Amino acid sequence: MNPVLHAKNITKYFYDPEKFQVLKNIELKVERGQFLSLVGKSGCGKSTLMYVLSTMDTDYEGELQIANELLTGKSQNALAKFRNRHIGFVFQFHYLLPEFTVLQNVMIPALKLGELTTAEIEHRAMEKLGLLGVAEHARKKTNKLSGGQQQRVAIARALINNPDILMGDEPTGNLDSHNSGIVFEIFRELTTVHKQTIIAVTHDEEFARRTDRVVEMSDGQIITS
Amino acid sequence: MVARFTSLKLSLSIARVHLFSKPKQTIIAMLGVTFGIGMFIALIGLMTGLNDFTEEITMTSSPDIHIYHDITEKRVSILEAVNPQGINVVHHQKPKNETAKLRGAARMVEVLRQDARIYGVAPMITSQVFYNYGPAQLNGQIQGVEILEEDKLFDLKAKMKDGRLEDLLAFHEGIIMGSGLARKLNIKKGDRVVITTPQGFTRTLKVVGIFQIGIGAVDNVRSYANMSMVQTILQQDKSYITDINIKLKDRHTSKTVAKELQTKFVYKAEDWETANATFLTGVTIRNIITYAVSFTLLVVAGFGIYNILNMTIYNKMKDIAILKAMGFAGMDVRSIFMIQSLVIGLLGGLLGLLVGFTLSSLIAQAPFDGGDVISLDHFPVNFKLKYYITGIVFGVSTTAIAGYMPSRKAAKIDPIEILRGQ
Repeated sequence: MNPVLHAKNITKYFYDPEKFQVLKNIELKVERGQFLSLVGKSGCGKSTLMYVLSTMDTDYEGELQIANELLTGKSQNALAKFRNRHIGFVFQFHYLLPEFTVLQNVMIPALKLGELTTAEIEHRAMEKLGLLGVAEHARKKTNKLSGGQQQRVAIARALINNPDILMGDEPTGNLDSHNSGIVFEIFRELTTVHKQTIIAVTHDEEFARRTDRVVEMSDGQIITS
Repeated sequence: MVARFTSLKLSLSIARVHLFSKPKQTIIAMLGVTFGIGMFIALIGLMTGLNDFTEEITMTSSPDIHIYHDITEKRVSILEAVNPQGINVVHHQKPKNETAKLRGAARMVEVLRQDARIYGVAPMITSQVFYNYGPAQLNGQIQGVEILEEDKLFDLKAKMKDGRLEDLLAFHEGIIMGSGLARKLNIKKGDRVVITTPQGFTRTLKVVGIFQIGIGAVDNVRSYANMSMVQTILQQDKSYITDINIKLKDRHTSKTVAKELQTKFVYKAEDWETANATFLTGVTIRNIITYAVSFTLLVVAGFGIYNILNMTIYNKMKDIAILKAMGFAGMDVRSIFMIQSLVIGLLGGLLGLLVGFTLSSLIAQAPFDGGDVISLDHFPVNFKLKYYITGIVFGVSTTAIAGYMPSRKAAKIDPIEILRGQ
């Protein structure tokens, strides 16, 4: 079976304040349904790698392939469209739009995709919110929710278009241990029950240890995977 | 296409939410545009109203083309006539002793009346005269006219304040006097006035009517009398005509027609634009001032919008970043903010038209005394649709330009810089 994500020989430099090689010949294959955590010390390049994998960072050498599509060299607009369809994001902070309700926030990526009618999208958004146990807050403004609930809404939003990969940058980094546990359980369930591929950058060792695969980085290289 | 449409709809609804979430800020930005356009409409209404008014009274007081014998026109000196090849210098060449008479005027009138471009031709005699009424003596001008021809050109019937034009035809020794002149001489209809010509001839005429054109320069000096009467006063024969006034079907062709007539008849043919150059300069200057002031106001409003959008974008950096991560292209982000500025511009502009209309209506009711120079009791204000269209187009394009720069900046935001774990 083809890997859902294939990074070939990824190299990246930072130029400011001086030229510095942040990623060195990274090779990474991720299978469908895998729950992968990306760990390493601060400054090892794990976040940088994730942003390259996310298609948002295009300033690298090497090749990136997701869902059998070569993404290296595509235009920003094409990549934005690709992200909309194939990648969901969860960050350390929820980044929900404060002027919109929970339901609207979840619906936005699907409205952007424009493949379903508004009614179908609303139905699907409620389904995702239900899956994450925050369906009863659907009509509230996002700032009326607790931090853990907000992060769950953000996950629902990341899942709305049934992405091939869910990417997380410290998805539990801003949560207490109770809420971290909840988010981890959700991720666990998504991978086992729904065969959702997840790549999460974390420095939470407890979190990393319980994932399917731990990729450890040091000085811009993968040392164990 | 469908996806593009839904994208735009989504941008529109996000823009709407942004606008409604900070109503005070939105309203202030809108009021900037409203003020700019409102003032533009009021100013342009007043200025063009004044322009149209002056143009109209200028038109009624001066013919489209005026043919006369310009005795001050430079002529060929004798020296130049005998020595055409040489370098001739003639200092202080004086006008020849000539009468103001147009030779062959009757023939010229006939030819002119055949011309399809010409609506009306009125031959007449103009002369400087003194008006004596008791001890009062005033310098002025008398015009010997065929009054009905004159009416055809200048719509004199509508300008009569007292008496009727036809009375002049019925009463050979009658005179129709300008209102300012009549007031100065303290003359009423039915009174008699003594006319003295520069040659020293005098004649007593009876005032059969009083007219008011609306310009002091005319009403304070001019009178109309029968052509044959004036010929008699001046001791001239029946063929004595000094001026021919022409009204064209299209007065904007007057410059070219005048030039053509001048070469044809040799006499000076002056078009109305040249004759009223000072009035027309005033029109141009008023237009420049109006557009300059309105432009300034709108630019200020534009800066307001620029500022507010910049602030909004700064506050919404995170939102923009997450939208871009989720698959919004630069263009989608740009349209969110462009829509906001266009909505501000359009609503502010429409409100501005309303404010401008209200202001114009108020100005139109304000009393204004034009004094002796022009007879006005209210400000003339223009309500032409074209200025309202100009206003809204002007306003919306200013906001579009003001909104474009911040919107482009928003489109260029790099999501990684903002989303990367802080």
